[in-house]
Amino acid sequence: MANIIEVRNLTKTFGDIAAVKDVSFSVEEGGIFAFLGPNGAGKSTTIKMLTTLLRPSSGTMRIAGRDPVMDPDLVRHSFGIVFQDPSLDEDLTAVENLELHGVLYNVPRATLATRIEELLALVELSDRRNDFVRDFSGGMKRRLEIARGLLHHPKIIFLDEPTLGLDPQTRNHLWSYVQKLNANEGITVFLTTHYMEEAERIARHIAIIDNGVIVAQGTGEALRKQTGTATLEEAFLALTGSSIRDEGGSRLETMRSHHQVWSGSRR
Amino acid sequence: MKAVYIMWLREVKRFIRSKSRIMGSLGQPVLFLIALGYGLGPVFEKAGQGNYLEFIAPGIIGMSIIFTAIFNGMQVIWDRQFGFLKETMVAPVSRLSIMFGRTLGGASVASIQGLLVLAIAIVAGFRPVSWFGILPALLIMLLIALLFSALGIAVASKLKDMQGFQLIMNFLVMPLFFLSGALFPLANVPPALLWVARFDPLSYGVDALRYLLIGTGTFPLALDIGVLVGVSALFLALGSHFFSKMEV
Repeated sequence: MANIIEVRNLTKTFGDIAAVKDVSFSVEEGGIFAFLGPNGAGKSTTIKMLTTLLRPSSGTMRIAGRDPVMDPDLVRHSFGIVFQDPSLDEDLTAVENLELHGVLYNVPRATLATRIEELLALVELSDRRNDFVRDFSGGMKRRLEIARGLLHHPKIIFLDEPTLGLDPQTRNHLWSYVQKLNANEGITVFLTTHYMEEAERIARHIAIIDNGVIVAQGTGEALRKQTGTATLEEAFLALTGSSIRDEGGSRLETMRSHHQVWSGSRR
Repeated sequence: MKAVYIMWLREVKRFIRSKSRIMGSLGQPVLFLIALGYGLGPVFEKAGQGNYLEFIAPGIIGMSIIFTAIFNGMQVIWDRQFGFLKETMVAPVSRLSIMFGRTLGGASVASIQGLLVLAIAIVAGFRPVSWFGILPALLIMLLIALLFSALGIAVASKLKDMQGFQLIMNFLVMPLFFLSGALFPLANVPPALLWVARFDPLSYGVDALRYLLIGTGTFPLALDIGVLVGVSALFLALGSHFFSKMEV
């Protein structure tokens, strides 16, 4: 099968700090790809570049055959995304959030209403359709965001730590739903998570990034063999070490925001 | 075009739903109107300047519009913090239409607020020279609202979080309001103050409102409208530029 995502020598620097260094990987069409790494490793920065929110410092990308830097609008049509942190308008209802998305993505009026009903049923929020999002629980917001990400029938769905802060029931539900979608609709799934067993169960191809560099990629089995470990979690720790990264991650975030405040547009 | 409409609708819906916000932002203009209008009225009258309530009503309308419009523009910062901004930034529509939609929404909301203050002023005893003048005055309100909505978005596009808020309040919104002649006649003020007021777009907005509502003005009406249109266009261009360059 052809590759729907192609990334070559992708680099992003903020000031002196390289958040992503010379990263290359590809995702085949219809595949489920897990992008794993400790906090601050460069996962979200990479996703932001793939989804046109950040411009890379150097390197090339192809999303569904298009360059996110040259053709951002065409690329934006081809993917849906569930961000790491919530991105709903809490002062609107569930349906209003979906309608807004549908209009922005130019979903025809006639189709929009039926699709919204389908998706709300799918994520089991039909009975809450007219409730304000601010009254939703974390899990409900996540489900609504997934419904929203699928509303325009994207070719690819990016899921940036979609199960963060969810209970095991909701997590299982969510992943089985994602698998079903992948199998039935052929949607390519690009996910990140900190739950290694989730990644191993769902993803056919895994890449591990640390300090902005991809340290290993392959199937879960290949990664375990390569490191001589029994589980993906052990393989992950063997590849990335066991020191805590939160510090570095947040420092990078601070640097980034300072850089943005003082230099205006970051290029 | 549909994107502009849906972003406009979002702003208006959010405004109409937050009753507390509407009431809250009416408190200040009402206070100004009553405390200053009635409190300084006798002094103003003795100085031979006429009815002070009549005089400041257009200024207070201008005040409520500039406050509402700039804060509505600054909503971009909240949307950044609550994440909704990202949703609009990855959408396959031009950022220009997102920005226009937001600006028009903010301008509509601020104009409604201005209209509410006008209604309150009428209740408090304000009488426009001609009721017919209210219609063109509405257009001026919309123009003022548009100008400062765009300014709010331009400023918010450059800020990362709400920490800069006090700065904006004390060094942008307050000076724009107090130096505009909203509270005092610009005729006979020290030349330096008049000079500063000439660089404040709100001066022209309030002046135009005064011309249409109470029949007196410092600048020619054509100049007022010209400046409002020109500066609106400038801020819209600036806001669009900053907004489209923004990375989330």
